[in-house]
Amino acid sequence: MSGFQIYSLGEQAVTVRFGQAIDDNIHRQVLTLTASLEEEPLHGLLDIVPSYCAMTVYYDLMATNYEEVHQTLINRIRLLNGKASTVTGKTVEIPVCYGSSYGPDLTALAARHQLSEEEVVRLHAEARYKVYMIGFAPGFPYLGGLPVKLATPRLDSPRSMVPAGSVGIADCQTGVYPLETPGGWNIIGQTPLKLFDPQQQPPSLLKAGDMVRFIPVSEQEFNELEGKQS
Amino acid sequence: MSLSLVSINVVKPGLLTTIQDGGRWGSQKYGVVKGGAMDSFAMQTANLLLQNDRNAPVLEMTLQGPVLEFEEDTWIAVCGADLTALVQEKPLPLWRPVHVKAGTVLEFKQPNMGCRAYLAIAGGFAADDVLGSAGTYLRAGFGGLQGRALQAHDRLHSRTDKNRIGRGRLKRMHRFAAGVEAPHWHISPSIFPSYSLYPHIRVIAGREFEQFTGTSQKGFFEQSYKVSNQSDRMGYRLEGEALKMKKPTELLSEAVTAGTIQVPPNGQPIVLMADSQTTGGYPRIGQIALVDLPVLAQLRPGNTIQFVEITLEQAQALWLEREKNVNQLQLGIKSKWLQLA
Repeated sequence: MSGFQIYSLGEQAVTVRFGQAIDDNIHRQVLTLTASLEEEPLHGLLDIVPSYCAMTVYYDLMATNYEEVHQTLINRIRLLNGKASTVTGKTVEIPVCYGSSYGPDLTALAARHQLSEEEVVRLHAEARYKVYMIGFAPGFPYLGGLPVKLATPRLDSPRSMVPAGSVGIADCQTGVYPLETPGGWNIIGQTPLKLFDPQQQPPSLLKAGDMVRFIPVSEQEFNELEGKQS
Repeated sequence: MSLSLVSINVVKPGLLTTIQDGGRWGSQKYGVVKGGAMDSFAMQTANLLLQNDRNAPVLEMTLQGPVLEFEEDTWIAVCGADLTALVQEKPLPLWRPVHVKAGTVLEFKQPNMGCRAYLAIAGGFAADDVLGSAGTYLRAGFGGLQGRALQAHDRLHSRTDKNRIGRGRLKRMHRFAAGVEAPHWHISPSIFPSYSLYPHIRVIAGREFEQFTGTSQKGFFEQSYKVSNQSDRMGYRLEGEALKMKKPTELLSEAVTAGTIQVPPNGQPIVLMADSQTTGGYPRIGQIALVDLPVLAQLRPGNTIQFVEITLEQAQALWLEREKNVNQLQLGIKSKWLQLA
């Protein structure tokens, strides 16, 4: 691992930052350190949150303190230096029923880019997406890899209700709403999969480091898959 | 074996009453917020008064409290804000263990001072335990009481298997109302957080502090901020002189936590609270000292606050001192219970 910064986030959290860009190398360092700490936790560890270029550990202030955690992290990073990263994410296929009532913004988005709806679906489903982090809502993936041709600004007026499972595009991001919430994304389809289920372990379908493929499915297949879920 | 014998009827739910506890650690990487009681001091104290585990599930009551009917004799404790707790028009004593007889109806008339009060019951409340916590995650709809706030006609139960003090009344108690008895002693305000209507909140300079203009850096610790109406368990939006950055800054999202003070492009700070999102991309001007989060939890829209700068070391020391006080409190309460018997 090359350059990094370590700083506090209040009294019971420490962040290690490996860079300031959406970059595979930087992210690999985040994933490697995260995996190492999950396998061999530091004393008093309460939680770990990986993100684009940083990783934050939360700790029990009665068990340890900033100085100790700071030193432990430096030692761990040194230990991991020069070791090949063995972190591998899984590839998750997400079936999506694109367009019509499942993707109410597909028509407008295609027209805006002067593409056919089939083209948009093909471009979206052909790409391989990387999960950089989960945040914003339980199970919500920050995905990288949206084809530049599909980048579209958010809706002028967000919808007050976007169904759970909605697949959308906002600027250069694409993602799936794990819960029903208000939202300003351009909704192009819907998945019957549950991205988040608090009764499952782990509760999130995706985690940082996973790869995602969207698989176009028909309305009939969507209904069948949805039936299997419940 | 019946797990829960003590039942409580929710006659009226109050404005926003939810089951909360110490919060949910270990799932933030899945976007699950840490949550927990907004005023952890009041929650823990209420539990310790009944010799519960300090983070046992309690009711967090906001501004307008509920009307609760106790179906059996039980011990309760109410700490935090004074929301005018009454039994048959007589005040229910706060910050101490209280014995209520079967049939007692507890109501909260109107908020007198503060914002959130906590009701603990001997053994803690029975609740949905999800991902390591019984706290209610409202936005995601799980935990606590089916992931939602209390509604009229709900029935709550206590965990009699975790009750360390039994249900009978004791000697040396004083009658405060029909069916309501309590000792005269109570938690001393000398160990309270610095609750105040015009608090000075201690803040550690945030990661991006230096990226704000000199005027803003200075102004942040000099001006008063008003708590706006858009303030809730997720965060408090503050109103004041806009804070400016030296140059426009785009940050990639990384972890944030309760107490993180973010500054969005409009320059009006947002203080993240218990249900804050796990990650954020706005610049962070400060981090509120853990010991002062309960102070914030008791503020209402319209209250004004000022920030005071402290170092990380000072904040750590304050927290350790708080923990020491709470541990001593726990021991002191134990000996008080022996005296009551």
